[in-house]
Amino acid sequence: MNTNHTTQFTIDDLRRIMRESAGQDEAVDLEGDILDTHFQELGYDSLALLETTSRIAREYGIAIADEDLDGAESPGALLQLVNQALTRV
Amino acid sequence: MERRVVITGIGAVAPGGTGVKKYWDLISTGRTATRTISLFDPSPYRSQVAAECDFDPVEAGLSPQEIRRMDRATRFAVTAAREALADSGLDLAAEDAREIGVALGCAVGCTTSMEAEYTVLSDGGRHWLVDPGYVVPHLYDQFVPSSIAVELARLVGAQGPVALVSDGCTSGLDAVGHACDLIREGSADIVVSGGTDAPISPITLACFDAIKATTPRNDDPARASRPFDATRNGLVLGEGAAVLVLEELEHARRRGAQIYAEVAGFGTRCNAYHMTGLRSDGTEMAEAVRLALTEARLDPAAIDYVNAHGSSTKQNDRHETAAFKTALGDHAYRVPVSSVKSMIGHSLGAIGALELVACVLAMRYSLIPPTANLHEPDPLCDLDYVPITAREARVDSVLSVGSGFGGFQSAVVLARPERSGV
Amino acid sequence: MSAAPVVTGIGVAAPNGLGTEEYWQATLEGRGGIAPISRFDPSGYPVRLAGEVPGFDAAAYIPSRLLPQTDHMTRLALYAADAAMRDSGADTAQLPEYGAGVSSASSMGGFEFGQRELQNLWSKGGRFVSAYQSFAWFYAVNTGQISIRHGLRGPGSALVTDQAGGLDAVGNARRQIRKGTALMLAGGVDGALCPLGLAGQLSSGRLSTEERPDHAYLPFATEARGHVPGEGGAYLVLEDRDSARRRGARVYGEIAGYAATFDPAQETPGADGLAHAIRRALREAGTDPQQVDAVFADAAGVPELDRTEAQAVTAVFGARAVPVTAPKSLTGRLYAGGAALDLAAALLSIRDGVLPHTANVAAPAPGLGIDLVVGSPRTVTVDCALVLARGHGGFNAAAVVRRAH
Repeated sequence: MNTNHTTQFTIDDLRRIMRESAGQDEAVDLEGDILDTHFQELGYDSLALLETTSRIAREYGIAIADEDLDGAESPGALLQLVNQALTRV
Repeated sequence: MERRVVITGIGAVAPGGTGVKKYWDLISTGRTATRTISLFDPSPYRSQVAAECDFDPVEAGLSPQEIRRMDRATRFAVTAAREALADSGLDLAAEDAREIGVALGCAVGCTTSMEAEYTVLSDGGRHWLVDPGYVVPHLYDQFVPSSIAVELARLVGAQGPVALVSDGCTSGLDAVGHACDLIREGSADIVVSGGTDAPISPITLACFDAIKATTPRNDDPARASRPFDATRNGLVLGEGAAVLVLEELEHARRRGAQIYAEVAGFGTRCNAYHMTGLRSDGTEMAEAVRLALTEARLDPAAIDYVNAHGSSTKQNDRHETAAFKTALGDHAYRVPVSSVKSMIGHSLGAIGALELVACVLAMRYSLIPPTANLHEPDPLCDLDYVPITAREARVDSVLSVGSGFGGFQSAVVLARPERSGV
Repeated sequence: MSAAPVVTGIGVAAPNGLGTEEYWQATLEGRGGIAPISRFDPSGYPVRLAGEVPGFDAAAYIPSRLLPQTDHMTRLALYAADAAMRDSGADTAQLPEYGAGVSSASSMGGFEFGQRELQNLWSKGGRFVSAYQSFAWFYAVNTGQISIRHGLRGPGSALVTDQAGGLDAVGNARRQIRKGTALMLAGGVDGALCPLGLAGQLSSGRLSTEERPDHAYLPFATEARGHVPGEGGAYLVLEDRDSARRRGARVYGEIAGYAATFDPAQETPGADGLAHAIRRALREAGTDPQQVDAVFADAAGVPELDRTEAQAVTAVFGARAVPVTAPKSLTGRLYAGGAALDLAAALLSIRDGVLPHTANVAAPAPGLGIDLVVGSPRTVTVDCALVLARGHGGFNAAAVVRRAH
């Protein structure tokens, strides 16, 4: 568990947690440039995203509001949200 | 000769009171039984409201031994079954036990007791390798929910087919569908059916919190469940049981039994789409409705009342509104639709049976229970949902639907057995 | 009502073999799957043996997307269901839109998953509980996951009747086909070999505490002392006979008859619930007892239960009138999966003309009056077999499988 406020949450951190949370669709390459790809296109439905964000919140000791999550439709948007939350910790 | 199935006895344990009368008093007057959870401290959870049963097992007539061995869900079921049997007027001693069966629905079994026993065996969650030295003799019965069906079978002396039907939130309807199959095919003349669940426990709260299925509206518990309302934001958990005595029509007539209604049609389909998600167009639910109507040999226009699943989640209420339009056509806009979950919450495997009892009573009293807390309809939910107050109307044929995790979509049609065309 | 549905596909995940032929070969060779529990440290338990499915690399068989949301037993179920579908060669896209469904038996649900989430909740707090807990442990999970994976949009259900479930689920599938569904994927795969699950099974009082794998589960033997728990089971593809014939499907046999009954309370004398189930299933199959070539027994491994089962068999067939066997002596009892696996074994016996033996048992206890197949498999033409299953609390089920002509 890391709650140090200098922590940066990177796309590789997100990739790891996405895989732990919901695996990886055989037709999707998570290693590619996915920052602006919609989660649905990556094979991550709302349930998979709930599991993913809840793992991030636990691991990094942060809280993300429901309303904010609704707007985070791509890995890039989610990264930004998490990093904003980390600077508040 | 075609064998038909009728309802000859009903019993209920519901939020707001034990017994069919108290249940009807609550839902026919539009009062809600949702409140801040009192069974344990809900403060760590996102959603802290539920519709609880004020159920005293001693007052309900359960013996000390029954209380010791039975989970809360089992106690509900046995209590509701005793009421339903008395109501049916059946003289069990005069019946052939081999022609009596049980088909009871339940989604999460003895989850309350399981969790309680888990905390003992693991010493409050400290150990993965639990201590078998603390195992109680009836632990296996708590793990395997067929034990609930066993208790009912013993109660009625059933020696025919007995099963627990566990299809998530359609369990209560599917159990009745299963019971009808058994009677129609000749495997039984009488099947004690219905549903029970007592899911209000920390683990259930936590897992519904995790998927944000339950409402966070903790500041207004009485108005927390608001199906079809634009401001709805999740379901409210409930608990309880309803038992229906189902009987082959001629068997019921021979003994001069009261007949509440015929279970005229049943249909069930899987969406094969998602464990928790619904296809927005409601295709499979519409198909289940069509099947049930076909089996009942009724046109959509013959339906006088639709008892909706109406769980008060964003997704569900639109899903089934779409399904009704597909299955019922223009009649969907004319027929009254309501959700009793606005008043008694969502009791998972019990709710389908509790809703069928509500339908039976609507037929009996010519009164349609309302959808409470519906003040601002969702623009995408544009049917007649009988808001706030019950409505007087002659009800001869009813459709009740359910939808559940796993993708199950089910529909039951109740009708008067003496209707024309059959 | 149409003729009895036929079985066109079998998928097996058993403690003595992953895959139908692996299981069947091991069974005929008497290779068992009962061994010390490996998935957790059972040293604190009075029972330390179980039948675990060997060599199951979930990542090799289950899509990565499904791994985080599934319990071990659901993965085994997905494997067996997929294997059955492949074996049948059925293409659900060729069926009517709602022409295929799924009927499963369940007993304890995804208990290992459930225990982990209970531990997360009680040791760390609610926010550590997985979003998948809402369905991964519950009793309908296998039905739902299988329906989604194979696009089965017809009727779906999960029945819980303890260890009778494997037959009840197939009996229900048979009913759905007779009502008009073209294909049903049906059976049971089960298993709760985790610390909490084993604790629950212990309380049934029916587990064997014997430590030698080949002495622990001895159904019908004088030394019977309970059973060994196991995991796994089987799924079968049942099809409407005409629909199977039209596509030229290979047919293992038909589910000719099925019935379920319930034992009256123990104090009622003269109870014969199991015999009654047998008679009803035979009547439904239109079969005389003389036409039955083999009985696959429930084989509780508890002397009193073995005796009542033998009584039911002899009441219907007469003393030593029909071969009785219990290949589950090699796997342990698989709860909701056990009877489904026995159906698979019965169909393979029809195919190969051989009855597997009851392993580790030298002879049935005196006075049981049954012709128990022991020592080695018996070569015999099997045209019709009866499969029996009983569940804790009083459930009885009987199914008749027959060579299809």
